[in-house]
Amino acid sequence: MTTPTAPTASAPTLTPAPTRPLSLSRTTATATRVLRQLSHDPRTIALLMLIPCVMLFLLRYVFDGSPRTFDNIGASLLGIFPLITMFLVTSIATLRERTSGTLERLLAMPLGKGDLIAGYALAFGALAIVQSALATGLAVWFLDLDVTGSPWLLLLVALLDALLGTALGLFVSAFAASEFQAVQFMPAVIFPQLLLCGLFTPRDNMHPALEAVSDVLPMSYAVDGMNEVLRHTDMTATFVRDALIVAGCALLVLALGAATLKRRTT
Amino acid sequence: MMNYPPDHASRPPEGRGDDPAPPAVHAENLTVTRGTRTVLRGLGFTVPRGRITGLLGPSGCGKSTLMRAIVGTQAKVAGTLDVLGRPAGHPALRTRIGYVTQAPSVFDDLTVRQNLDYFAEILDPGRAAAAHRREDVTRVIADVDLTGHADALAGNLSGGQRSRVSLAVALLGAPELLVLDEPTVGLDPVLRRDLWTLFHSIAADRGATILVSSHVMDEAERCHRLLLMREGEVLADDTPDALRTRTGSETVEEAFLRLVDDAKAKARTAARTKETTR
Repeated sequence: MTTPTAPTASAPTLTPAPTRPLSLSRTTATATRVLRQLSHDPRTIALLMLIPCVMLFLLRYVFDGSPRTFDNIGASLLGIFPLITMFLVTSIATLRERTSGTLERLLAMPLGKGDLIAGYALAFGALAIVQSALATGLAVWFLDLDVTGSPWLLLLVALLDALLGTALGLFVSAFAASEFQAVQFMPAVIFPQLLLCGLFTPRDNMHPALEAVSDVLPMSYAVDGMNEVLRHTDMTATFVRDALIVAGCALLVLALGAATLKRRTT
Repeated sequence: MMNYPPDHASRPPEGRGDDPAPPAVHAENLTVTRGTRTVLRGLGFTVPRGRITGLLGPSGCGKSTLMRAIVGTQAKVAGTLDVLGRPAGHPALRTRIGYVTQAPSVFDDLTVRQNLDYFAEILDPGRAAAAHRREDVTRVIADVDLTGHADALAGNLSGGQRSRVSLAVALLGAPELLVLDEPTVGLDPVLRRDLWTLFHSIAADRGATILVSSHVMDEAERCHRLLLMREGEVLADDTPDALRTRTGSETVEEAFLRLVDDAKAKARTAARTKETTR
């Protein structure tokens, strides 16, 4: 090679650093893209928005004779719905991104992993806000869900739950090779939490071993948080703790999800 | 690893001898393993700048793996692989390389224009660049002849049209190196001719380097240089003319078959001598 003896300590490269850990415009571009994809699929949007409302409506009249029970279960479900739906939607969406080759293409471009993850979280978070607002509004104003605290706090917990669902979905999609497997992760990841979160029976009534397990599952805190709002007029310390735990878990799992995105694959 | 001075400001027209810019791709002893299988074994070759280099070989010979290694998405790459003067996969290369995978990688549930808008924004983000991006998107849609389908969902297009959307994404931002994995598969002869005309004009007008794989040998005649591969090894690295002359063949296809037969025969005698010496 006849490379001229170039000054070894040449001026810093002219190329602008193309990839930063998090770029706001690339994140919003990704979120916009995800929402645009959904906008071409009105049926999915309709299902996402309507199913929680229909379930709450059903539940209200299933417990027609015992409005107390409806209060308990209804409030818990307001936290559980966004978690489940966002888990399903995200795990399938990111699996598609992995299998269609668009993920490989994006990671060969100057897109940070954080941009992609944050973009998804932003898009599905926005969707979850609308979904939860509809469900909460219906429950509080039309189905007489008796909430002592502020409905805004219910909405806040619902949003955090949706983020947690998005995070879990993103994470497990790395371990699914097909849509069949991805859907099976729903019962595997969500059902145990559903059984142990205190929806069916208070957590302190469970076998001590199960209670200990439920103490480390994030959905337990989502349901606890909802119940705090249900019973107390103001933000209790327990509520703050629950909300922080759910948010912390969501961030932790999102970071784990980012770690599963590999620029180089075999 | 070699250190070259930064060069992106000036793009020399052709790979001349006094050219200070490093070659588009330079590989030495390049080996890639997937699981227990060695897919590429000790490759050494150079892809000159500003030219169209064809990567040819039977399916399964490692063409796609080599391309993935060059764009930096292949894991377990050993040996030297420099791209545009930097080690393959360097973050600074991500805006300088356009890559088209074999299967079209676009969002089926977005329109052609929405697909390109998104990828353009990833390459060149920010509000300030919006006008430039719009022009760029319109240009690449015209380049791949999809202007009439710009607002159609990618999923509703035919296979050939979808692969052209995928190609258009790679053309965004005028990359210096285009790595195209079988971009003309499944296209009719007219479109194939048009795309090859486009490749030649990209190489001639912009001085961009194109590395294009194919297993259609008649496309080989349209390349400036050829890399013939077989079972993870480079059989030949030459111009189509030189290949034909060297093997005394009429067509590149014939030349390739002759080289493959030679390689097979050589492998057989090598195996036999090993047995007899044992």
